[in-house]
Amino acid sequence: MSRSPLSRFSLQRWLGIVIKEFIQLKRDRLTFGMIIGIPIIQLTLFGFAINSDPKHLPTAVVMAEASPFSRAYLAAMQNSDYFDLVGSVASEREAQRLLDRGDVQFVITFPAGFQRALVRGEQPALLVEADATDPVAAGGAISVLNKLGNEVFTPDLPGFHPPAKQLVELRIHKRYNPEGVTAYNIVPGLMGVILTMTMVLMTGLAMTRERERGTFENLLATPATPLEVMTGKIVPYILIGLIQVSLVLLAARFIFGVPMLGSLLLLYAVVLLFICANLTLGITFSSIARNQLQAMQMTFFFFLPSILLSGFMFPFRGMPGWAQAIGNCLPLTHFLVLVRGILLKGNDYSLLWPQVWPILAFMAVVLGVGLKTFRRTLD
Amino acid sequence: MELAIDVQNLNKRFGDKHVVRDLSLRVRTGEIFGFLGPNGSGKTTSIRMLCGLLTPDSGSGRCLGYDVLTQSGEIKRQVGYMTQKFSLWDDLTIAENLEFVARMFGMSGRREAVDRALDDLGLAGRRNQLAGTLSGGWKQRLALAACLLHRPRLLLLDEPTAGVDPKARRDFWEEIHRLSAAGITILVSTHYMDEAERCHRLAYLSYGSLLAAGTADEVIAAQQLATWELSGPGLTGLGAELRRLPGVEQVASFGALLHVSGADVATLQPELERFCHAHGLALERVGSTLEDVFIRLMQHSPDPFQEAS
Repeated sequence: MSRSPLSRFSLQRWLGIVIKEFIQLKRDRLTFGMIIGIPIIQLTLFGFAINSDPKHLPTAVVMAEASPFSRAYLAAMQNSDYFDLVGSVASEREAQRLLDRGDVQFVITFPAGFQRALVRGEQPALLVEADATDPVAAGGAISVLNKLGNEVFTPDLPGFHPPAKQLVELRIHKRYNPEGVTAYNIVPGLMGVILTMTMVLMTGLAMTRERERGTFENLLATPATPLEVMTGKIVPYILIGLIQVSLVLLAARFIFGVPMLGSLLLLYAVVLLFICANLTLGITFSSIARNQLQAMQMTFFFFLPSILLSGFMFPFRGMPGWAQAIGNCLPLTHFLVLVRGILLKGNDYSLLWPQVWPILAFMAVVLGVGLKTFRRTLD
Repeated sequence: MELAIDVQNLNKRFGDKHVVRDLSLRVRTGEIFGFLGPNGSGKTTSIRMLCGLLTPDSGSGRCLGYDVLTQSGEIKRQVGYMTQKFSLWDDLTIAENLEFVARMFGMSGRREAVDRALDDLGLAGRRNQLAGTLSGGWKQRLALAACLLHRPRLLLLDEPTAGVDPKARRDFWEEIHRLSAAGITILVSTHYMDEAERCHRLAYLSYGSLLAAGTADEVIAAQQLATWELSGPGLTGLGAELRRLPGVEQVASFGALLHVSGADVATLQPELERFCHAHGLALERVGSTLEDVFIRLMQHSPDPFQEAS
């Protein structure tokens, strides 16, 4: 019994298929770009940008007393590479504001009479307030701080024999998330990630679907204007986005017990802004993309850095300057700061502007590109 | 005579491809105007320019009295455009599609208009069926109903009968003639010669240029093409030999018959007589058909790819 020649593996047929795949791959520039681009992006991000033990954390100092000892201590902090002193502030209130806005990660307060107490061996207390919304971000720095006191002061204070006793008592206040619950940080962040994914993708597909199926031509043949089409297509997704946010908030409150200190109304206002920014991007993608697959690829291309560079997965301050610069262009980065600020810190509207304007700027740029590429006709 | 379409020297390029060149067209109000030409001849592009979907690169003209360059909004309101490919929404029902279109045109009395359209279509019982599940012929009728919904004065139909069975095609043309009688101007593009003959007047487009226009008889007469019908035994193998005869421009088979055409009667007549005598065939001079004329037009039009290089 001989096998039919048709069922035998033909090298020629096989080669034909291989060649055809290569040709099609070569023609599909975007896919080709992704094949090359994604490994490069991931390598760069994971290899260089992401660091779960962030250093150079901005730190403010409240000096009730400026003495050689306190200066020596600050110098040692700086030398540890974990702290960047951004300046000295006059009052505890001002320091508080910096912490609320997220401008600094730490506030160190030297009490009055620090030097005297130190020399007398009275173990003065040093107040360290840490922004612990992201528990990972502050961890390394705090453990370094623990060792620092004895290292700095032992040579200057003969008669003491470490490690018998800590020369300085560190009072560490982990603000906003004292127990270091990661869910407090992750769950509000997830809200932004989910919105980024679904809003960009859904609107990206909405318009390309019309174009791909040919129904776009019918739509254009009616008196409907581009503005009517674009905004009309966006509205349902705004609604979907708000429902998603409400679901995440309900879960955050009742399943994860995430504190909600700030105003919910304010939160929804911020969410609305963020949704609009993502929808604008989605619509712009859909006017650039030629088919649904391309729209999906573009979404993915945007989603990857959004997740990795925004401070959602890894501490934002742990990234090198260039990665932070990219992260700062992404709306998710600013949204995360806003949401964590409102939920965990109870920030009010007066503290939001530094994060709101970058999102607005992002929207303006993307909208400009979108309107420029939106094809009002079939040209 | 009032003109529904009156455009001069419309041009459209996509990249370095000159898709429509110097198109001038006059369509009278209330007539059925046939738009013919091979695939890729610029028919669809021309129609899209007429209804404001594409902006001409140059040229001027009026459609229903509105400027085609600047008043596409007004034109869209009064034109019904039926696309070549079914372009209503597959995932909406028949009624939802019609309602959406009615909304887009800002119609008052929307519900009545949709109900009337459904009744006219004979689809009232299936109003909740998804449009995507309709057969080709029904899709075409639905598309026509959708572009008639807002009572347009001009209908632009882009190959409306492609992929539709003969019965549905005949019904469709009956409808077109009824609409024309009611005063609606219709411009219809087609490949089918029998459909071309149903039009009041025709235009023939090839590689973006208008090659002929007029009534079917005028178009045929203008080409001054003579055609002979050959019949007899053993015809099948003779086509290639016939094509080599001087003066022969086309040879086409019609079942057991061959049609031979050429413009140069003085050369062709004696050649054919000699040939038929030699092979024992019958020869008869017949009238040229539109098809003969169009194939001649196609053969004589410039090749765009040669020109591009």
